[in-house]
Amino acid sequence: MKRVLSRIGLAGACIVLAIFLLFPLYYAVLTSFKSGSALFRVDYWPTEIDLSSYIRIWQEQPFARNILNSIFVATTVVILSLGLALTAAYALGRVQFRGRKFLLYTILGVSMFPQVAVLSGLFEVIRVFGLYNNLGALVLTYMIFTLPFTVWVLTTFMRDLPVEIEEAAIMDGLSPFVIVTRIFMPLMGPAMVATGLLAFIAAWNEFLFALTFTLSNEQRTVPVAIALITGASEYELPWGNIMAASVIVTVPLIGLVLIFQRRLVAGLTAGAVKG
Amino acid sequence: MAGVRLDHVSKRFGNTEVIRNIELDVADGEFLVFVGPSGCGKSTILRLIAGLEEVTSGAIWIGDKDVTHLPPSKRGVSMVFQSYALYPHMDAYKNIAFGLQMSSRSDESVDQRVRRVAAMLQIGDLLHRKPRELSGGQRQRVAIARAIVREPQVFLFDEPLSNLDAALRAQTRLEIARLHDELKATMIYVTHDQLEAMTLADRIVLLNGGRIEQAGKPIELYRRPQTRFVAEFIGSPRMNILPVTMEAGLAILPSGDRVPIPSRFDGPADLGIRPENISLATPEVPETIHARVLHVEELGDTRIIHAALSDGTALAVRHPADAPAPRKGDEVALRLDPEHMHLFGRDGARLD
Repeated sequence: MKRVLSRIGLAGACIVLAIFLLFPLYYAVLTSFKSGSALFRVDYWPTEIDLSSYIRIWQEQPFARNILNSIFVATTVVILSLGLALTAAYALGRVQFRGRKFLLYTILGVSMFPQVAVLSGLFEVIRVFGLYNNLGALVLTYMIFTLPFTVWVLTTFMRDLPVEIEEAAIMDGLSPFVIVTRIFMPLMGPAMVATGLLAFIAAWNEFLFALTFTLSNEQRTVPVAIALITGASEYELPWGNIMAASVIVTVPLIGLVLIFQRRLVAGLTAGAVKG
Repeated sequence: MAGVRLDHVSKRFGNTEVIRNIELDVADGEFLVFVGPSGCGKSTILRLIAGLEEVTSGAIWIGDKDVTHLPPSKRGVSMVFQSYALYPHMDAYKNIAFGLQMSSRSDESVDQRVRRVAAMLQIGDLLHRKPRELSGGQRQRVAIARAIVREPQVFLFDEPLSNLDAALRAQTRLEIARLHDELKATMIYVTHDQLEAMTLADRIVLLNGGRIEQAGKPIELYRRPQTRFVAEFIGSPRMNILPVTMEAGLAILPSGDRVPIPSRFDGPADLGIRPENISLATPEVPETIHARVLHVEELGDTRIIHAALSDGTALAVRHPADAPAPRKGDEVALRLDPEHMHLFGRDGARLD
C-alpha cells in the first residue's frame, strides 16, 4: 500500500513538473498556429491549424539568413571552445605547474561577471578589431561564457582518466599532441558531446551580445531577429510570427539533444583498467 | 640488447627520500626482480628506469648510453603496467600496433611484427576485440604484446600479475619465464610477492625503505639472508624469529629452553629458523624443546603445525603430510636443526 502511494506521489510530482516546464512551449506552439484575433483568445487545446504565420516569417525578414548566422556562430563557438578547452584541460588536468589552481579559479571567475558588466568594455574591443556588425564579434564574445565551463568540465574529466594510459602512451613514444587527439579525445567523447551541446545551446540562445554587436538584419542571429519582428503597423503585435519563429529555432535544439543523448551515456573507459 | 646500470641513484618527492643512493648493475639478458613491502620504492625505481620520473641525483645507463635525461621513448625500454593500461577505444591489434604506426614505419612491417608477437602470445584470434571484451589474462597478454612489439632493449614489468586470480597468475608467471628464455632480453620486474620473485628471478633485489636490503640469487636470499628483514620477507610461511640470549654456544629461549647453535656470539640476539627446519621428535631425543600444538593447517602436500613454547612463544613447523599429525592440544617435542639456524643481532644484521 505504502509503495503504491509513494509511486502515485512520484508520478504526480513528475507530471506537475513536466506541465510546469512544458506548458510555455506548448502554448507557443498553440499560438503559432493561430492568426488574426484568435491570437488574443486564451485556448488550451488546438482550435485551428493556420500556417500563415509560418509562411510570413520567411517573407517579412531574412529569417533564413538569420538561422544560418546562428548555425554558423554556434557551430564555430563549439568547435573553437572544445579545441581550446581540450588542450587547456590537458595542461590543467595533467601537467604540473605553478599557479595551476590560480589559473583554474580565474577561468571560473570570468564566468561570474554578468554580461552587462563586460558589455561596454567588449564593445571597445570589438571596435578595435573592426568586428562591429560582424559574426566574428559574436564568436569571439560568446567564448567568454562557453570557455569557462568547457575548460572546467573537460579538466575534471581529464583528471579522472587513468594516469597509466597516458604513461603507457608515453612509453609507446607518442607525442603529447597524439596523446591528446588520438587517445584522450576519443575517451572523452561523452564529455565533449555534453559540453559541446551546452555550449551550442548557450550560443544559439544568446541575446544581449548579439543585439549589441550587430546592426543590420543580415548579420543578426535568431534570438535578436525574433525580438525585432514587427507587425504591419506599430499598433499590431505580431504574436503569431514571433511564436512561429520561436518554434522553428527550438526544434533543432531538441533534435540535437535527442540525437546525442545516447552518446552522453558514458562507459567508454570500461576495460581500460581493471574493473 | 643491453644491461642497465644504476649509478648512485636517489629520488626524493618533496622531503621524503624514496630511493636512497642505489647502486646496481643489471647484466644483459638478466631477469632481475625488485621485491619488497609496499612503499619500499620498488615501483619508483622502475619508473626512474622507464623515464616516467626524473632522478634527483645519480645516473642511469642503458647499454653504453647515459639515459638519465632522455625521454622514455628514447631509452629503448618498454613497460607493462599493473592495470594493463590498454587504450580502451582501440581493439587489441590497434593497441599493439599504434605506437609503431605513429613512429611512421611502413604498414607492412608493422603488420608483420604485430602478427608475429600475437602468435607468440597466443592472442592471434583476439586481435579484433576491444579491451573490455577481453578477460584479465587476455588483457595482460595484449599489454605484454604491446611491450614486445617495440623490440626494446629492456622490459619493465610493474606488478603485472597482481590483478590476476591465483590460477592464472601461476600460468602467466610461467609464460613470462618462457618469454624471457625466448627473447633473451633484459627484464626488470617489480613485485611484492616473494613467490613470484623466487620463481622468476635470476637475481632478486630486496628493497626496504628505498635501500637495497640484499641482492643475490633467490636461493642465496633464502638460504643465507643477510638481515632479519630479508629472512622474514622471503619464504612462506615466514621464518620463525625467537628472541634469545646467547651463552657459550647455547641459545637461551624466552621459555628457558636451551638450544645448541654453532656460534660464538654472546649476548642478546634473534634466532631465525624456517618451519621446514624444525621437526617433531620423540621426547627421548636429546636437545629437543617442548611445545603445545595450537593449530594444524592442512596444505595437502605438507602440514603447518602452529605450536607454543611453555611461555607462549609461537613457532610454525612444517610437517610431512604422510607422517601421523599431532592434534590440537597435544604436547610435542621439537628439534631445531642447528645446521639451518640464522642468528641476527638486535640491529637486524646477520651475526656470522
